[in-house]
Amino acid sequence: MSSTFDMVASIIAETCDIPRDTIRPECHAIEDLGIDSLDFLDIAFAIDKAFGIKLPLEQWTQEVNDGKATTEQYFVLQNLCTRIDGLVAAKGA
Amino acid sequence: MRLEYFQLIDRIVDLDISARSVRAEAVVPDTSPVFEGHFPGYPLMPGVLLIESMAQTAGWLVIALMRFERMPFLAAVKDAKLRTFVLPGSRLTLSARLLHDGSGYAVAKAAAEIEGKAICDAELTFRVMPFPQSDLRTALVARAAQIGLPTRAPTHG
Repeated sequence: MSSTFDMVASIIAETCDIPRDTIRPECHAIEDLGIDSLDFLDIAFAIDKAFGIKLPLEQWTQEVNDGKATTEQYFVLQNLCTRIDGLVAAKGA
Repeated sequence: MRLEYFQLIDRIVDLDISARSVRAEAVVPDTSPVFEGHFPGYPLMPGVLLIESMAQTAGWLVIALMRFERMPFLAAVKDAKLRTFVLPGSRLTLSARLLHDGSGYAVAKAAAEIEGKAICDAELTFRVMPFPQSDLRTALVARAAQIGLPTRAPTHG
């Protein structure tokens, strides 16, 4: 988890020019860090490449729009990292 | 090319689904109202239209890969380089290669050359979503047939 977070935080810092020390696991990417949807595409691209996965952004967006999930479940960084770890594990299964 | 109609690709030369790449040709027209302003007495293909040409090339690739089920919308242009002036009558060879097929987005590298000389290149990001209107899909299927893009291409892996 910690290494996943470190990688994600570095990606966010570099992609969005946000100081690395302000990016914490409890941060909400949108509400706390001010990352918009276009910047998040850049982040998703970098995460997909770095971890060899495909973040299911469309599915997540649909679930949020349908009221079946909250943005916190996907965009609070510690939750995002947990999902990345799950996708990586599923890939290797 | 019909600049004022944003028809910037004349012909798909090669579509390689397995390599996720495409090549296209386009001839810059000798005359166009665009040249009246860009520039008076010194007509040049506008750089933004060169970028649009690359975006359309990559866009057709994404549409083909998505089997005309989804539409790419240009969202970001990175590292765009416009390396030389492009004059009326120039014959462009455009190419694009998909770098990443993400969830709801795609990233491609595109370039153009004239007789082997590099003209421009960029990394392009598209939002990829269902066609917002069926008329748009119908129009693009018709346009694809005009430029020789297979409309029933198999999807990749």
